[in-house]
Amino acid sequence: MNTHTLPRPEGPDAKTRLPKVRPAKTRLAKTPFSVARLTKALLPETAPRAAFGQIVRNEARLAWRLPAGLIFGVGLPVLLLIIFNRIPSFHQVQASLGGLTAFDVYVPILIAMVIAIIALISLPGPLVTYRDQGILRRLSTTPVPPSWVLAAQLVVAFCITIASLLILIVVSITAFGLDVPKNPGALVLAIVLSIAAMFAIGLCIAAVARTGVAARAIGAAAFYPMLFFSGMWFPRELMPAVLQDISNVTPLGAAVEAIQDAMQGQFPPAEPLLVLAGYALVFALIARRFFRWE
Amino acid sequence: MKTHAVEISHLSKAYGSVAAVDDVSLSVTEGEIFGILGPNGAGKTTTVECVLGLRTPDAGSISVLGLDPVRDAAELHTIVGAQLQESALPAKLRVGEILAEYRSFYREPADVGELIDGLGLAGKVKDYYRSLSGGQRQRLSIALALIGRPKVAVLDEMTSGLDPQARRDTWDLIESVRDRGVTILLVTHFMEEAERLCDRVALIDSGRVVALDTPAGLAARASGGKSMRFVPSAPFDDRLLTGLPEVGTVTRNGSHVVVAGTGELVNTVILTLATAGVIARDVQLDTSSLEDAFVKLTGRHLHEEGIPA
Repeated sequence: MNTHTLPRPEGPDAKTRLPKVRPAKTRLAKTPFSVARLTKALLPETAPRAAFGQIVRNEARLAWRLPAGLIFGVGLPVLLLIIFNRIPSFHQVQASLGGLTAFDVYVPILIAMVIAIIALISLPGPLVTYRDQGILRRLSTTPVPPSWVLAAQLVVAFCITIASLLILIVVSITAFGLDVPKNPGALVLAIVLSIAAMFAIGLCIAAVARTGVAARAIGAAAFYPMLFFSGMWFPRELMPAVLQDISNVTPLGAAVEAIQDAMQGQFPPAEPLLVLAGYALVFALIARRFFRWE
Repeated sequence: MKTHAVEISHLSKAYGSVAAVDDVSLSVTEGEIFGILGPNGAGKTTTVECVLGLRTPDAGSISVLGLDPVRDAAELHTIVGAQLQESALPAKLRVGEILAEYRSFYREPADVGELIDGLGLAGKVKDYYRSLSGGQRQRLSIALALIGRPKVAVLDEMTSGLDPQARRDTWDLIESVRDRGVTILLVTHFMEEAERLCDRVALIDSGRVVALDTPAGLAARASGGKSMRFVPSAPFDDRLLTGLPEVGTVTRNGSHVVVAGTGELVNTVILTLATAGVIARDVQLDTSSLEDAFVKLTGRHLHEEGIPA
């Protein structure tokens, strides 16, 4: 009976196929940092490129249909702008703020806040939910790598951030009399580096959180201290020296410093730009190391 | 001889110290519906996850149409479609949007209209995934497994959560997909499904293949043959039947006669009696099912509770 139940033994060719040594190509792929391997993993020839557009479209639809991020990312900063604008003292030049008005000081802080809301609260949740609900697992069985969804979400989050910041800056200038940024090139650089640093931190949260609820909790826990050091409650200019030193090495502190300098026409010093680039690099590597697709 | 679409040889996979799959070997012939049947936690899902390249086997080898699921994952996924358990989709996407997205993943996708007609989803294209019933979600999941016109489809518990009518409709669809030449690897714990659909079935228990045969072959093996009982219209000599090659034993139980044997037992017995002028009345057949086979081969029931998934 037992011999009858066992599957028939494999033929000789099945046996000889087993020890077949892998070709040199795969041995190359075994090295930890192979560009060829990375390209093959992220852009397999088998995945139609048009699929990425379809994924971005659906991710954009989802962002539109679950607009919590949009409301907080765009609505809250504009609301704060309106409130600040109503405070008369906010438009007075103050020596303690280095000859700026409180309004001048707060626009960069609001820019940093928009980036932080989208990076820490809007970005990690859906990714973790996708993993939690097996959506990434399902994608792993298709020709399209699940990393394309991550990339699509980054693209959508980046576009939402840029749109929110444009609204914020344009409203500040046209409605509330903010000066036109004096060094637009430096401003773009400072904003892009800030987004890179904060998105990398957001991806890190997505990498370590097991559930969407956990991701939101970690995001919020990171958000408030960072926002404090951006000067939201206590502008950096008024902070005691020790808090200022800490603020300089936090991502939002460095972001506010670089963005404020660019808006006032100076090219930001190297320190905040390097701090931002450092956060972007380190957290991207941590996220890459710990990210799990299932 | 037909070629093999899926060949698993000596596959083992453990999670920590727990062996989920323990030396499983089986071959799926091209164009057949092959069932993997077993209780929860038997290692069915782990086996198909290895076939799909989602898990790396600890030992053994797998070939899917000549491809190694881990090494050739990218190519594999263009010719294999999968429907996995516990795999949701974004709540606020519409059915049509999901289908359009997954369709774009393949170079020669299926006709979406035809696919959703066959699965009874035609009226649901504009509905959000969130608003679909469990059965509709399951059918959408099957649609996504078939949308790339795969050569091999792996379906894990595809009819769980479906009502009986939807289940039968899905079986019809799967048969029509097979008729187009697609090899289907079906994971199930529904006996009826395996008996109705599968050309061959591997019974898996505790990570091992305990039997591999056609559903009828497994059932026959469980009973060791068939038996029939009837009330004869007139007395007859037992030797009339015991001389027949199909007949094993003849026993009498009151007015009933019980005949056990193999092969074309029923026809032979009825014809032989008729030529002797005896009519067999109230004929009853004791047929055994795959369920009996499972109980006999593993010593427990398929739907036993308390086995972790």
